[in-house]
Amino acid sequence: MTFTLTKCYSPFVSKFDPCKPVLTKCYSTPPNLYIEFQPNNTEQFPTAKEALYAGTLWPCLYDPYYSKRGESSG
Amino acid sequence: MWYYEKKLQYPVKVSQCNPMLAKYLTEQYGGADGELSAALRYLNQRYTIPDKVVGLLNDIGTEEFAHLEMIATMIYKLTKDATPEQLVDAGLGAHFVNHDHALFYQNAAGSPWTATYIQAKGDPIADLYEDIAAEEKARATYQWIIDISDDPFINDSLKFLREREIVHSQRFHEAVELLKEERDRKKVF
Repeated sequence: MTFTLTKCYSPFVSKFDPCKPVLTKCYSTPPNLYIEFQPNNTEQFPTAKEALYAGTLWPCLYDPYYSKRGESSG
Repeated sequence: MWYYEKKLQYPVKVSQCNPMLAKYLTEQYGGADGELSAALRYLNQRYTIPDKVVGLLNDIGTEEFAHLEMIATMIYKLTKDATPEQLVDAGLGAHFVNHDHALFYQNAAGSPWTATYIQAKGDPIADLYEDIAAEEKARATYQWIIDISDDPFINDSLKFLREREIVHSQRFHEAVELLKEERDRKKVF
């Protein structure tokens, strides 16, 4: 993969901001942004069950998302 | 014409009675970027889109109804046995007064669904770009619901739905590429 699924930046922080400042903010950049036409015969997940859990047949389109409440996986 | 398969596209499990989460999920039920808007937008635009991409709008529009059904199941399960007091505490008192435990096509703040959420401009590029934007907005909405939810089972189903938005966006991008292609031009490599 030649791209990342998240981009982060450091927003301006003022001394007068009322809430505790968030020093790094991140946003999603899912794979569809980087694939023009999906090539023929793209690699598929080995089993239908894995594909169902991923929500897509193709690993190249899979983008896991983790809750900002702090869960680390799944 | 449609055939109905009496099962959900992806299983929906709920870990606890949580009417407040149901209230937030309503955004994807009857909100501007929700599944109802998506289904009706694509199934309506498909009549006047070039033949090459009619099938795509037909298939994705149909899948959106499968997603709508999953969201409905989540909302129903999260609220079905909630007492009026629990609904009031969850901010659903006004909903209970108007609808009892019934679902309704409205957004999380209670505004009823309206056709002004969707567009059919008739211009294929304009319509497909709107569809791409709708998929990205729905993906973002799923992210924010996952961020706010503490129900691991619901989150599992929501992550599936978020991934489908990514796949749909990819397919709409490909549709634009198909319509951009220069016809009758010999390709020289």
